[in-house]
Amino acid sequence: MGENILQLEAIKVRYSGLPVLHDISLHVDSGETVCVVGSNGAGKSTLLRAIMGTQRVFEGRVVFQGEEIQRLRTEAVVSKGIIYVPEEKMLFQPISVEENLRLGAYVLHDRGTIEKNLRFVYTLFPRLQERRFQAASTLSGGEQQMVAIGRGLMSNPTILMLDEPSLGLAPILVDEVLDTVRRLKAEGMTILLVEQNVREALDLADRGYVLQTGKIVAEGTGQELLKSDMFRSAFLGI
Amino acid sequence: MDILVSSLFAGLLIGMVLALVALGLTIIFGVMDIVNFAHGEFLMIGMYTGLLTAQATGVDPLFTLPVAGAVGFALGIICYYGFIKFVMRGPMVAQLLGTFGLMLFLRNLALLIFGSEDRSLHHGVLVGKSFELGMGIIIPATKLAAAGLSVAAFVAVWLLMNRTKVGKALTATALNPQGARYMGIPTERMNALAWGIGGGSATIAGALIVNFWSVNPFVGLLFTMIAFAIVALGGFGSVPGAFFAGLVVGLITEIPGFWDFMSYTFEFEWMMDVPMTSFKYMWVYVAYFVIMVFRPRGLFGWKQ
Ligand SMILES: Nc1ncnc2c1ncn2[C@@H]1O[C@H](COP(=O)(O)OP(=O)(O)OP(=O)(O)O)[C@@H](O)[C@H]1O
Ligand SMILES: [Mg+2]
Repeated sequence: MGENILQLEAIKVRYSGLPVLHDISLHVDSGETVCVVGSNGAGKSTLLRAIMGTQRVFEGRVVFQGEEIQRLRTEAVVSKGIIYVPEEKMLFQPISVEENLRLGAYVLHDRGTIEKNLRFVYTLFPRLQERRFQAASTLSGGEQQMVAIGRGLMSNPTILMLDEPSLGLAPILVDEVLDTVRRLKAEGMTILLVEQNVREALDLADRGYVLQTGKIVAEGTGQELLKSDMFRSAFLGI
Repeated sequence: MDILVSSLFAGLLIGMVLALVALGLTIIFGVMDIVNFAHGEFLMIGMYTGLLTAQATGVDPLFTLPVAGAVGFALGIICYYGFIKFVMRGPMVAQLLGTFGLMLFLRNLALLIFGSEDRSLHHGVLVGKSFELGMGIIIPATKLAAAGLSVAAFVAVWLLMNRTKVGKALTATALNPQGARYMGIPTERMNALAWGIGGGSATIAGALIVNFWSVNPFVGLLFTMIAFAIVALGGFGSVPGAFFAGLVVGLITEIPGFWDFMSYTFEFEWMMDVPMTSFKYMWVYVAYFVIMVFRPRGLFGWKQ
């Protein structure tokens, strides 16, 4: 794998004084797909929000391509090339699919690049092209997730962070979303993935971290984690 | 019959101006979910800006619009960064009291600077002139120009909101601020811009209105109340809604004049007992209540 792109060094996050993340360190290299797994409330979303500058990093450093970014505003983090597709999707509901996608390219200025990215998103999700003039609110849950991911891809991210992209989807759609992630990985995209579908996610990821009540308790390749005792007792109840 | 057509026409013209009065209020509400009680004070400042610039430079009042727009834009942005930004962190009631305080502050500042007497414009190419449109319709030139320029300003803002990148970013901020930040949109600057547009459109409306309406430091409240009614009628945050609701309110304010005219012309005793013109703004609120009961989202729906 390539050089180190994103690195967290012992970050601490608190919600109104209450510690939620304790000394989290992790790194993502160029072209890698890294998965963070953990049960509900472990702090996975908080971790991604801390990277985005939406949640204050109390201590520690977030380093992106050699530059400290933990003090930057969210907009500035985005313009550096870090894109976060939130768990809640946060679509612009009443406006059309295509307008949602184009807003994803806000930080880009070159028309040609924007059109090229739009075509790429439509080849990735042909269903969005069919529905491109429909209001985002009229789409099914699975389609809305496609808009959220597609919107994230519109700005040529250096790293794409997906927060539970399969949340609330029927099993067949879960597979579809994870296939999309696999395809992006094959295209060489650097991905930080948070998932509840632990087995499938670790299966497709190059490496993974296990987060438990705000601490990283295990790390390794997907296969190593799936075999480790710590992990099996925490998730699979074996 | 002529007088009815004439009233309708006058109603539509004043309605176009009132739509511009309400535009800034609906944009600020749409983007930030905050009700600006000081909206009419912005308009009052626009009236003074138009009047004083015209008197000081001797140019025609209509040419003072860019000055008024710039003053309002700057004022809106200063209010946002200097005050509103901090108030937004508090609860809803703090925001209400905050913009209410801003209203009192601006009003008393105007009182301090300009004094309490009424002032009005006496010069200008259009002042005192009128057009005859046939069918007995006589329209004061100032009102016709104000209506035309209001529509132009309204369309310009609509194009900005719908056809430009910054407008799309404003819309995104209105719909989902956190989602907008995740797209890299500087929402703080978008809020300031909404206040700039809100302030600028109100002061432009003020500089138009001062051509046929005298100004004093207390004139703002009436326009704030009219703008509230228009925004509620048209749907909170809806720009096209504000336009059509503005026309509706304009018609409502002119029809009582027609009523009074009829009652005097035909000496209908029972009609004379109720001099409607004196209550014309009451009818705006009657319409407002009726619509709230039957269509609480306004004529054009809430944002979203
Ligand atoms: N805004 C907040 N204020 C206070 N506490 C919060 C806030 N957001 C999250 N928490 C708490 O922080 C902890 C971690 O939350 P987080 O949303 O990061 O978990 P998660 O791992 O993403 O869970 P899930 O799988 O349910 O999405 C939880 O205990 C949660 O209650
Ligand atoms: Mg979460």
